[in-house]
Amino acid sequence: MLETIWFILWALLWAVYFVLDGFDLGLGSLLPFLGKNETERRIMYNAAGPFWDGNEVWLISAGGVTFAAFPKAYAVMFSALYAPLLILLFALIFRAVSFEFRNKVDSPVWCTFWDGVHFVSNLIPCILLGVAFANLFMGIPIDAQGVYHGNLLKLLNIYGLAGGVFFLVFFMMHGALWLTIKSEGPLQIRALTMVNILWPVLLGLLIIFLVLTAVYTNLFANYLVSPALFILPLLALAGLVGVKVMLRRGQLWPAWACSAAFIVFVTFFGAAGMFPGMIISSIDPAASVTAFNGASSPLTLKIMLGVALVMVPIVLAYQVWVYRLFSAPVTAADLSDDHAY
Amino acid sequence: MDDVLLLSRLQFAVAVFFHFIFVPLTLGLSVLLVWMETLYVRTGDEMWKRHVKFWGRLFLINFTLGVVTGITLEFQFGTNWSRYSEYVGDIFGSLLAIEATVAFFLESTFLAVWHFGWDKLSKKAHCACIWLVALASNLSALWIILANGFMQNPKGYIINEVAGRAELANFWEVVFNGFGWGMYAHTILASWALGGFFVLGVSAWHLLNDSHKIFFRRSFRLAAPFTLVLTLALAASGHEEGQNVAEHQPAKLAAMEAHWETGTNVPFYLMVWPDEENEGNKVEALGIPNLMSWIAYGNANAEVKGLKDFPKEDRPPVAATFWSFRGMVALGSLFILLALAATWQRNRDMPHAGLLRLLILNIPLPYIGLGLGWAVAEIGRQPWIVYGLMRTSEAVSPVPAGNVAISLIAFIVVYTLLGALDIFLLRKYALKGPDAQEA
Repeated sequence: MLETIWFILWALLWAVYFVLDGFDLGLGSLLPFLGKNETERRIMYNAAGPFWDGNEVWLISAGGVTFAAFPKAYAVMFSALYAPLLILLFALIFRAVSFEFRNKVDSPVWCTFWDGVHFVSNLIPCILLGVAFANLFMGIPIDAQGVYHGNLLKLLNIYGLAGGVFFLVFFMMHGALWLTIKSEGPLQIRALTMVNILWPVLLGLLIIFLVLTAVYTNLFANYLVSPALFILPLLALAGLVGVKVMLRRGQLWPAWACSAAFIVFVTFFGAAGMFPGMIISSIDPAASVTAFNGASSPLTLKIMLGVALVMVPIVLAYQVWVYRLFSAPVTAADLSDDHAY
Repeated sequence: MDDVLLLSRLQFAVAVFFHFIFVPLTLGLSVLLVWMETLYVRTGDEMWKRHVKFWGRLFLINFTLGVVTGITLEFQFGTNWSRYSEYVGDIFGSLLAIEATVAFFLESTFLAVWHFGWDKLSKKAHCACIWLVALASNLSALWIILANGFMQNPKGYIINEVAGRAELANFWEVVFNGFGWGMYAHTILASWALGGFFVLGVSAWHLLNDSHKIFFRRSFRLAAPFTLVLTLALAASGHEEGQNVAEHQPAKLAAMEAHWETGTNVPFYLMVWPDEENEGNKVEALGIPNLMSWIAYGNANAEVKGLKDFPKEDRPPVAATFWSFRGMVALGSLFILLALAATWQRNRDMPHAGLLRLLILNIPLPYIGLGLGWAVAEIGRQPWIVYGLMRTSEAVSPVPAGNVAISLIAFIVVYTLLGALDIFLLRKYALKGPDAQEA
């Protein structure tokens, strides 16, 4: 029972991470496409300004919780995915630095350089997270000792790449939606146009991804046993449709919330299909790490549950406060403040 | 497997030492910023606000690198030390997860509010943000060092033979592990002192170059006594720390002192040159009778176990541990003298130019001192990853050596680049002084 609760919490933490860091990663990936001049590019940086760091902590929490509640899953997941994980971490380092350093030297060359770094270092995590999670859905070649029999290229299979593209596009749309909230004038209109371009692409990718999931993975097995679970992909679809409906009505925050719901339910769709598997072995079913054989002791799970139940709502509460405090669009006037990025 | 072990150890060392270039300044400056901004709120003196803005900018440049280099550390336990993670994750993982949820969210979120919220919040609310940042940063360090404390002196666990791992038996024993708290006190005091010396060094440069003198005289006056108190407390906590090591890690103590033969009334030699191969010291001179026995156990007659009484495979590398310890103590003594001189001169319009020059040259030394301190703690812990429970050689991930070699090179290249950039920017903004509107 404790293991099941923790599995759900584990999925929830990743989902929150995708929702929150998703928009700033997506926004950074759109930098060269939406930011047509210096002011607009700086508005894009500052649209993520007070949020990106706090958002990234959800990754640390998701990692930390995996470590605490499922040490075996943590150990196998990160050692098997050694290369992609380190590439992800280096990208995140460069992303953070590009935020902090870009505006520190008054030179167009310097700024252009960091814009390039910013674009690439946001793009890579979007794709890699998709590739990694698609491969986890499908299963990876690990043996009973947790040794990975493959290499980086083996992760770049059709399904893995489909996951990468799928994640990239939904992060980008999520980021573009965020920019519609945080900007005004031509930049906002361009962001809206981008959402309208990406929306049908994403719908198509969702369908393709679901079909490929049926072909390449075993995720639907759980769905056939408990058909009630089909509500999850349907809710994801509803979220996506909601984005369009809310935009038609000109309601930007609700549109972003629908996009967030879409991301949450896509994550839950995958997790529900994997359950109780966490690291599914594609070569030896007995070698799979599950929520049951990979969990910590009941005492640790209980203590950590207490910590999570107290702390996560507190964190969410003050983060919501911060989002409200900085909800106004970034304007050119804000950029003249000496604290702006 | 040996290659993987060596490369993984090197990589962790690179990652942890680099991370620890940024963290102490974050911890130390956060406390000084709390002080300055509280003074601003209480006195309404705009000069203090300008101080907060000037030192705050340096704080922010430094902070970012501390965060991102910390993330790589958390994940390296999984990527490179997966056997370790599996074996003690039940306990160790919890501490890291608690750190993230209790402290790190608070720190990152309110730092952003503090950074961007000057015009959005009242003076008091803005000041409350830096209080939260300082509190959370120092709390974050506590959980991380308690996790390290478990590796140094494992407490509150049982071995589950069936699962083949250590499991949590008593959470409070893990959290109130005296060894970990001792390390925490020593590390925090050292980090605050580093922050103090950073402010003194930068201020000294400006005073010497006749720039923004009123501004930096005030910084100097604030930082000097702060630093002095800390360097003295640091020495006291270091002594405490030595006794903890003597009690729980006698092999580390013997390596720190290059002490080979068990005996009582052991003297402390001012000059020692350890010779690991011949299990002795090439040079051993200027002994102070009974001092080592007293340092270790508070008793001049106490017996101190020598390295020869530990099996060779249980001894840490002696030379590295010994020299790191000596270097740390030497620097610590220098810091007390410098802080004393700075405090003595603090009310002068122009402190002695020689002292100012020394304080500028001193800026990198506290970083080195902290690095050496960690080297004593971590190299001295070898060959154990968890003292007495698991060897470092048993802890490494089953990953190809080639992968680790590539990632190690990437770490070195990227971190060198970032370090250079960081120094470039810190220097630029430190020397530029407060902005016109701030000045």
